[in-house]
Amino acid sequence: MATDSAQTQIHNIGYRNYDGPRLGRAYARRSLFSQSLRGAYGLGRSAKSKVLPMLLFAVMCVPAAIMVAVAVATKANDLPVQYTRYAIFLQAVIGLFIAAQAPQTVSRDLRFKTVPLYFSRPIERLDYVLAKFAAMASALFIITGAPLVVLYIGSLLAKLDFADQTKGFAQGLVSVALLSLLFAGLGLVIAALTPRRGFGVAAVIAVLTVSYGAVSAVQAIAFNQGSPGAVQWLGLFSPITLIDGVQTAFLGASSNFPGGHGPGSGTGAVYLLVVLALIYGSYAVLMRRYRKVGL
Amino acid sequence: MYNPTVARLTYRALLGRRRAAILFVLPALLIVISVAVRSFSGADDQVAADLLGSFALATMVPLIGVIAGTGAIGPEIDDGSIVYLLAKPVKRSTIIFTKLIVAIAVTMAFSAIPTLIAGFILNGNGQQIAIAYTVAALVASIAYAAVFLLLGTVTRHAVVFGLVYALVWESLFGNLVPGARTLSVQQWSLALAQKIGENDVISSDVGLPLAVVLLVGVTVAATWYAGQKLRTLKLAGEE
Repeated sequence: MATDSAQTQIHNIGYRNYDGPRLGRAYARRSLFSQSLRGAYGLGRSAKSKVLPMLLFAVMCVPAAIMVAVAVATKANDLPVQYTRYAIFLQAVIGLFIAAQAPQTVSRDLRFKTVPLYFSRPIERLDYVLAKFAAMASALFIITGAPLVVLYIGSLLAKLDFADQTKGFAQGLVSVALLSLLFAGLGLVIAALTPRRGFGVAAVIAVLTVSYGAVSAVQAIAFNQGSPGAVQWLGLFSPITLIDGVQTAFLGASSNFPGGHGPGSGTGAVYLLVVLALIYGSYAVLMRRYRKVGL
Repeated sequence: MYNPTVARLTYRALLGRRRAAILFVLPALLIVISVAVRSFSGADDQVAADLLGSFALATMVPLIGVIAGTGAIGPEIDDGSIVYLLAKPVKRSTIIFTKLIVAIAVTMAFSAIPTLIAGFILNGNGQQIAIAYTVAALVASIAYAAVFLLLGTVTRHAVVFGLVYALVWESLFGNLVPGARTLSVQQWSLALAQKIGENDVISSDVGLPLAVVLLVGVTVAATWYAGQKLRTLKLAGEE
């Protein structure tokens, strides 16, 4: 080889190295977060993919606007619905939102094998998981928090009691924040494990809605059979009843459980623990899932 | 009209690997709940009718219909491999019809059989409740499979729209707006169940003749239109 070196030579043909600023890991993580959050509402994507999230967002907010209008018109002393109760009423819409958007947040990266491209940037597994998790939770928080803001502003316009409304509003925000984290975690885990189109959507809905349907059916039967003690423990088996239980125990909500038999603070602590464990568990599962970037 | 090779491929796509898991989980859940309820409260006709009506017919059958109906054709259109099927000298209407038969068979197998078992567990077919709901599940399977197969050929977001119909339209609007119940596969199949069940334990908002006409009409129209869609199918890229 050494003898050839006179004839074979690599010419420097003038490519320049990049010497601009390197934005680094935090910047990449922030970009991934904002892109995922925008993507969840179809911003920066085609018009078609904006339809569903925007429609669901409108469906979430319109009932709140109507309630406010009624409260203002009839000069009521209170809003027709508690802040904490609102998300429980419209849980089907929230379920559809997470079912439609969680797969598009993580499954597309897996299906089109773009995950390796992300990891060729200066981000770690931790950054990817955290950014996606945070983006999904924020998207959910926006869709569940916006109607509460509408209710709150409306209640102030209707000159309802300020301290009372602010307290209810704050409790509502805490409850939907918890709900957003829980649903985002569950949705992302399911979507990341089932990247095929359509299948992830069905799986997320199945977990959220079917578990709720099953739990509330069994709760109703347990209540009618005269064992209200069982009702509060059954609520541990579906995400929405978990949130219902936590806010009944700690956030002054009235429960949606049959007969209004929500958990007290003792059982409520178990609810809260289960919720936190589920949130942490979904984070841990996601971290495990992305050890391998392929399907 | 029926092509065994297409059927075999569709069966494989539907029951392969993980997709089958969700199909098994739902019926298993129904049976577990039935066993729990039976041991909890004993045989009670009203409880049986409520559970089968609210969980089996209102939740499980539509969900399995969505998975089987859209799964029979959606993924193929999605990854573009449908062109290899379309390039073969098989009529498009034959493809749709075969896929419909498979989707109906899968939906029936995974919804009607568990419903029957759950019904017998719950109250041993008292007042014909198990049979009534099984017939309802069978009939609903046909209509759901046809409608969701059509959705699979019309839109790339078939599963989402299917779920919106099954959950928002049938459950939410059906409960709030009585008129919406007339246009609900669930109510049509309940009309049949009402005829079979004794002592009016089961009730439907739609008369039996109207329900039968609508069921047949929707199934035939959806299948025909799906065949038409497949003749002029455009393969679009991912948005």
